[in-house]
Amino acid sequence: MRQYLDFEKPVAELENKIAELRQMAKDGEGINIADEIGKLSDKAEKQLRAAYTKLTPWQKVSVARHAQRPRALDYFKALLEEYTPLAGDRLGHDDQAVVGGLARFRGQAVVVIGTERGFDMESRLRHNFGMPKPEGYRKAQRLVELAGRFGLPILTFIDTSGAWPGIDAEQRGQAQAIARSTDCCLRAPVPFIATIIGEGGSGGAVALGAGDRVLMLEHSIYSVIAPEGAASILWRDPKQASTAAEALKLTAQDLLKLKLIDRIIPEPIGGAQRFPSEAIASVGDAIDEVLKELLPLDGENLVAKRREKFLAMGRDAL
Amino acid sequence: MSWLTEYVRPKIRGLLQREVPENLWTSCDSCSQMILIKDLERAQKVCPHCGHHGKANATERLDWTFDGGHYTRIELPKVPTDPLGFRDQKKYVDRLKDAKAKSHLDESLAVAHGKIGGRDAVVAVMAYEFMAGTMGTAMGEAFVAACRLAVLQKAALVIYTASGGARMQEGVLSLMQMPRTTIGVEMLKDAGLPYIVVLTNPTTGGVSASFAMLGDVQLAEPEALIAFTGPRVIQDTVREKLPEGFQRSEYLRDHGMVDMVVARSEMHETLARLIGLMTNSPATASEAAA
Repeated sequence: MRQYLDFEKPVAELENKIAELRQMAKDGEGINIADEIGKLSDKAEKQLRAAYTKLTPWQKVSVARHAQRPRALDYFKALLEEYTPLAGDRLGHDDQAVVGGLARFRGQAVVVIGTERGFDMESRLRHNFGMPKPEGYRKAQRLVELAGRFGLPILTFIDTSGAWPGIDAEQRGQAQAIARSTDCCLRAPVPFIATIIGEGGSGGAVALGAGDRVLMLEHSIYSVIAPEGAASILWRDPKQASTAAEALKLTAQDLLKLKLIDRIIPEPIGGAQRFPSEAIASVGDAIDEVLKELLPLDGENLVAKRREKFLAMGRDAL
Repeated sequence: MSWLTEYVRPKIRGLLQREVPENLWTSCDSCSQMILIKDLERAQKVCPHCGHHGKANATERLDWTFDGGHYTRIELPKVPTDPLGFRDQKKYVDRLKDAKAKSHLDESLAVAHGKIGGRDAVVAVMAYEFMAGTMGTAMGEAFVAACRLAVLQKAALVIYTASGGARMQEGVLSLMQMPRTTIGVEMLKDAGLPYIVVLTNPTTGGVSASFAMLGDVQLAEPEALIAFTGPRVIQDTVREKLPEGFQRSEYLRDHGMVDMVVARSEMHETLARLIGLMTNSPATASEAAA
């Protein structure tokens, strides 16, 4: 069952009508429906295109969080060969909100790391809805350091509403785990490509996102705080979330303009959730291109350039 | 690099002593007992009755930290303000104006250099009085400048943290101060210089999850709130009773995140001793006596 977003309602109605017609034809009412279906499909496609070419920031938030959007593990499955998951922080815990390990990407051995939200209730619980605890970030640190020792490029796939806001997480040093994770990323002497595939939620995303290149899917978001949170803190009114979404400049398009990310990966009309395999393939192609640019650079050079890149952010008059 | 000539214009401070009338009273925020303001100032804003560490502003911290209260303030680097043209219930530029007027500071970080225990040190103090010590581009840039100054002077860096976290009005730019300030810390570590963090009340969010947790040594003032996620948000999420003393300095020390909880009256001596030990420089007479 396709899940429609609020602004997709007109499309939903058309597609339901098409489904009904198909059912009628199957039931053998003998009318020629091909014409009618063709017309309706055109109309639906047009409406979808119209909606997706001018999504508001708040609509993009809902697309980025869409339950049927491909998740980190979907990308692993489609883009990697010989994926060999590694587990544990070696300090007593394993956090399934962070997944990762060794794999081959188009022939090149790599280390992959992702935040995984899960796709049904059982897997969502197992992955803690993609909200890592300190052990998740410490697992990531381990993998990043492992990649550095073996000269393997690092690919991260970010999709998290943020780090887990729980007692246990605070007890075990969530702040320190995130800080160290960012530090590890910045120091990795290997190509580091971070891709935001859904939601890039605050510090919990930065911890895996301080790379040579940061790519974002067209309708993904990256924000210092969820727009709902900003609305209740700054506007003192949770209903102002769409205003906050606009003000925060959290879309890929805004962030590219601000030079805070490096590249936008186009999504199929209707979003990655409608055509997951096409979206995943585009992400693979974009990563492949960027990786080819980075592979010739040596580790020292990569780290120096990475530092320059982050230090330059926000210095230019805009 | 032209950074030094561009940004470091020393201002002599520390010689100014404010006059406080003899007979003015205030009450402690914690135990509510009456205290002579003069006594409170003399006790570095620590309540003589209950030991509560009251709010201290950036200038006071600098005065208390350097030997004899002598130091040189540096001017902060200039960066574009209000990159997003942000406006919530109020314009961000107006909030900044108000904060500057109220705090007499340019941003939420004050940086100075001088001596601690006779050894060179750069001290950066986060000013909670400036927009709740939030971290935006200017603050991040000031922190990186402090790190560079320490590297240039081969000095230790001490930072007092106090922050509500990232400055939302700068969107992802404020978030990017996490990696930017982390790079500053990396410069210090690459240069083999001591980086000492003093966590003060409150230190939360993106600040705690970046340079505030990367110290070679982590100190904290008594009973400071130190958290990634603040207690209210956690309470709303998990709907459980929070443990006693949760997210306070002593709790973090007991959970391995802080080396020691240090009273304000002991801070100067502790910093001097740590810097002396970490740089393996000979003990001064007063340290040998202690």
